[in-house]
Amino acid sequence: MFVPCDRGGGSSSSDFNGFTLLVPAVSVGNVGQLATDLVISTLNMTKVGYFYTDCLVPMVGNNPYATAEENSMELSINAEVYSLPSKKLVVLQIRSPFIKNKYRPFCQTLLSWVKSSKCARVVLLSSSHAYQRDDEQLLGTPLRYLLTPDLEKAVGGLMRELNWKEMEKVAAYPGLNDTEKVLHIPGGGITKLLFTESCSKGIQMAVLLKFCSEGDNIPDAFALVNYLNEWLQLIKSEVNTSSQWKIPSSWRLLFGSGLPPALF
Amino acid sequence: MATFFGEVVVAPSRAGVDDEESAEEAREETPEDREIRRELEKKREIDVLWASPSGASPEGSAAEPFACSEFIVAIGRNAAAFLSSFILDSVCWEVVGVVKLWNEWCRTSNTTNVLPTDSFCLFYRLISDPTVLLCQCSCYVAEDQQFQWLEKVFGCMQKEGLQVTILSTCPVADYKTQESTLTLPSPFLKALKTKEFKEQVCCPLLEQPNIVRDLPAA
Repeated sequence: MFVPCDRGGGSSSSDFNGFTLLVPAVSVGNVGQLATDLVISTLNMTKVGYFYTDCLVPMVGNNPYATAEENSMELSINAEVYSLPSKKLVVLQIRSPFIKNKYRPFCQTLLSWVKSSKCARVVLLSSSHAYQRDDEQLLGTPLRYLLTPDLEKAVGGLMRELNWKEMEKVAAYPGLNDTEKVLHIPGGGITKLLFTESCSKGIQMAVLLKFCSEGDNIPDAFALVNYLNEWLQLIKSEVNTSSQWKIPSSWRLLFGSGLPPALF
Repeated sequence: MATFFGEVVVAPSRAGVDDEESAEEAREETPEDREIRRELEKKREIDVLWASPSGASPEGSAAEPFACSEFIVAIGRNAAAFLSSFILDSVCWEVVGVVKLWNEWCRTSNTTNVLPTDSFCLFYRLISDPTVLLCQCSCYVAEDQQFQWLEKVFGCMQKEGLQVTILSTCPVADYKTQESTLTLPSPFLKALKTKEFKEQVCCPLLEQPNIVRDLPAA
């Protein structure tokens, strides 16, 4: 599934042993994907390959992180891998929705690639419908995290120090039986599946998600990426961290073309 | 849109996430479900049929990949019509293959003698240079069939030294630009090219954040 780009770096550019893999879930507001865009754009990550998969709707365009005429002509497709060896970070960006009935095979292939490329841990950026929050969740921070048991041992203490809130479980049969609790991430796409599969396969995975609604999700993306940064320290966190992240050129015209002057 | 005061409408997510779909998948698949799914998958399978070298009627897919230097693919009715009007004729080109498929939007016609209003996907070869192949695909290839189309069609040809040109159309309203699309002189051409394509492109490149999707993208 993973096809490396030949950049003359040979196999060294696709050696992810011990790296942290950052993946977005295609979820409400596309917040995970937007946050991933910010990471790739700010850290100027290099594309090292792509996923050749039949699970995502095909799309292609010119380089979404173009900064000048010279680098604007590289083609970009729906699932690409970027790497930053200095921070032991590898990122998979997903740019289109899943084809019906294909998200399960994709999860399986993704997790087996995680194992074969020996990534140390996976961080999944996601979101969940804000309107499904209960009374308690309506107050306080809209950001949540989840850790698989293997990662809990390693970083659980750090999350408590950072005062992060773990995603609450909900009753499996609300109103009938409040004792049986399950994980429920409405609008999270493949988040729950990836998380439960990682738990059972012994993969170290963290899920970072934000409650949000569809709309202008750029502020949500900034909130999520700053949340990630509290932990991974990808950029220096100063007082006004929002200005430290570089918005990619492809974020132009997110809401369509200009308006015809004749409208006014 | 809500139809009466107090009606709660579940907003569809841009991310294409459908909770009902994932809830359905969560329950175990019964043998009947599996059978239904298999039948549906079989119905949605694509068949690529090539004429044998001797010119007889279409048989099964070619055993060996054939040599191809130029492959021009026209996707959609407009692009297919362009080829019909300006390139194709019965003197220089011969039909060498057909794709048969079915989906909720269309079924390809069984004949190679097609009308412009039919849904079809035909392959033509230039008689004077049999390595030049042309494909007119006016039928809609559904999302779950695009990858299959790609693998089955390209699987039949040698890819060394192959140049592929894809012709397609998109509505002007989908084009994102600083000014309004109302004032844009249309129609206009834009291109995307791989870095291996070294020749001169005849029109400007597609600017960010515009993208191409579906079969042309595949």
